[in-house]
Amino acid sequence: MPSIRFTRNIQRHVECPTRDVEGGTLRAVLDAYFHGNERARGYVLDDGGRLRKHMAVFIDGRQIGDRDQLTDPVPSGAVVDIVQSLSGG
Amino acid sequence: MSDRCFVSTRKGLFTLERGAPGWSVTRAHFVGDNVTLTMHDPRSGDLIAALNHGHFGVKLHRSRTGGDTWEEIAAPKYPEKPADYVPKMPVEGTPVDWSLKLVWALEPGGANEPGVIWCGTLPGGLFKSTNGGDSWELNRALWDEPLREQWFGGGAEQPGIHSICVDPRDSQHVTVGVSCGGVWITHDGGKHWKLRAKGMRAAFMPPDKQFEENVQDPHLVAQCLANPDVLWVQHHNGIFRSIDGAESWTEITDVAPSTFGFPVAVHPRDPHTAWFVPGVSDEKRYPVDGRVVVNRTRDGGRTFDTLTRGLPQQHAYDLVFRHALDVDATGNQLVMGTTTGSVWTTDDGGDSWHAVSSNLPPVYAVRFEKPRV
Repeated sequence: MPSIRFTRNIQRHVECPTRDVEGGTLRAVLDAYFHGNERARGYVLDDGGRLRKHMAVFIDGRQIGDRDQLTDPVPSGAVVDIVQSLSGG
Repeated sequence: MSDRCFVSTRKGLFTLERGAPGWSVTRAHFVGDNVTLTMHDPRSGDLIAALNHGHFGVKLHRSRTGGDTWEEIAAPKYPEKPADYVPKMPVEGTPVDWSLKLVWALEPGGANEPGVIWCGTLPGGLFKSTNGGDSWELNRALWDEPLREQWFGGGAEQPGIHSICVDPRDSQHVTVGVSCGGVWITHDGGKHWKLRAKGMRAAFMPPDKQFEENVQDPHLVAQCLANPDVLWVQHHNGIFRSIDGAESWTEITDVAPSTFGFPVAVHPRDPHTAWFVPGVSDEKRYPVDGRVVVNRTRDGGRTFDTLTRGLPQQHAYDLVFRHALDVDATGNQLVMGTTTGSVWTTDDGGDSWHAVSSNLPPVYAVRFEKPRV
C-alpha cells in the first residue's frame, strides 16, 4: 500500500501521522487518508478539492502534475510526501 | 464602558484590558499565526477568531470560555463551481475562484436570533450560520445575483464583503459593503438583495462609469445603532453619508488633511458623530505629513475636528486598516490599531489618545467586547 507522510508544520494544527492507505491515484489515497481525518482535508485541499496553492505533493520524489483533479498514479508501495511550497512564504 | 478589547494581528490575537493604570495587553492567543478578525457575540459571549494560515487555508476558532480555551470550528465552504460557469471578473479578466480566500467580516445577527452569525468573505460570498458557527451556508440569492459577477477586486485579487450591518430594529434588514461592488441591502434576511450605492462616485473609473453603483469601493460601511437610517462610508476616494437607509448617498468633500482612508466608526447614539483616520491617497497610504490624526465630525459632516493629542506628529507612518478602529457602546471610548503595531485608546471621544503598545505585530482589526444582550 502507498504510504502518506505530512510536513511537520501541519502537525501543530492538525495531527497527521504517517499512514499506509489503499488507492491507485493521488485522489484515491488522499480520500482514504482523510476518511479518518476529515479536519486535515481542509488543510491540504481547498473548497473545490484541489491542492491548495502553496502546498506541494511528491510521489516517490516526483512532483505531481495534476493539482486540480489529483489523477497522478500512485504505485503500490509508493511514498507520498505532502509538504509546503516555498511559494507560500 | 467596555473593559476588554480584542486586537487581531499578523502574529496573533491579543487581549487588552482596562485596569486602574489604564489599558494593557493581558493575554495572547495564536501567537505566530495570522489572525485577521475576531468577533465577540454579545448574545452568547462567544469569541470567533478568523485565522489565515496561508499554506493551509482560512480557519475559524471559537472560544466559549472568554478566551481560556479555543476549538476549531467549520469554516465557510463554497459550493463546487459548475463546469459550464464562464463569467470572468470585468477588470481582471479572470474567473472568480469559488474557494474561500479570506474571512473579511464577522457580525452577530440580531438580538432576537441567537446563533445567527453573518460572514463576509473573499471572493465575494456572504455566509450565514444559524448555530453559532458550527456550520455555514452560502447566501445563494446574493451569490447568484448577476451583478455579483461584475464585482472586482479592491485591494485584493478578488472582490470581497468587508462590512455587515444588522439593523437593530429589524434583524432581517442587513446591509453589506463590497470592494468592489457597492452597498447591498436585504429586508428579508437575505432572500432578496438590492444594490444601494446611488450618489457614490468612483474616481478610479472612466468618467462615464464613475457613478455606476456596482463599481463603488466602500472601504467600510458603518451604521448608527440608535438611528440605523444613518450610515457612513469611508470610500476609496472620499467620505459618503446616507440619512435614508442607503437609498441615497451624499459625498462629503473638502476635509483636511484628506478624505482617503479605510476605517470609519459611528457614535452608537449620535448619528451626526463619526470618526475617520485620513491618509495620503491612494497608492501611497500613509499619514499625511507623517502625522497620525483622527478626524471627527459631530455635525453630520459639515465640519471636522482633526484630533492629534497623544498621537505621534512627526515621522509616523502608521496605517489603520478598515477594521482597526472601533467605538464602544458609550460612544466615548475608541481603540485604534495600526500596521506598525501601535495601539491607542481614548475615553473622551478622541480628544486625547493614550498609547497601549507600539510593539505589537501589524494590526488588522480591533473590537471592544460588547455589552451582553
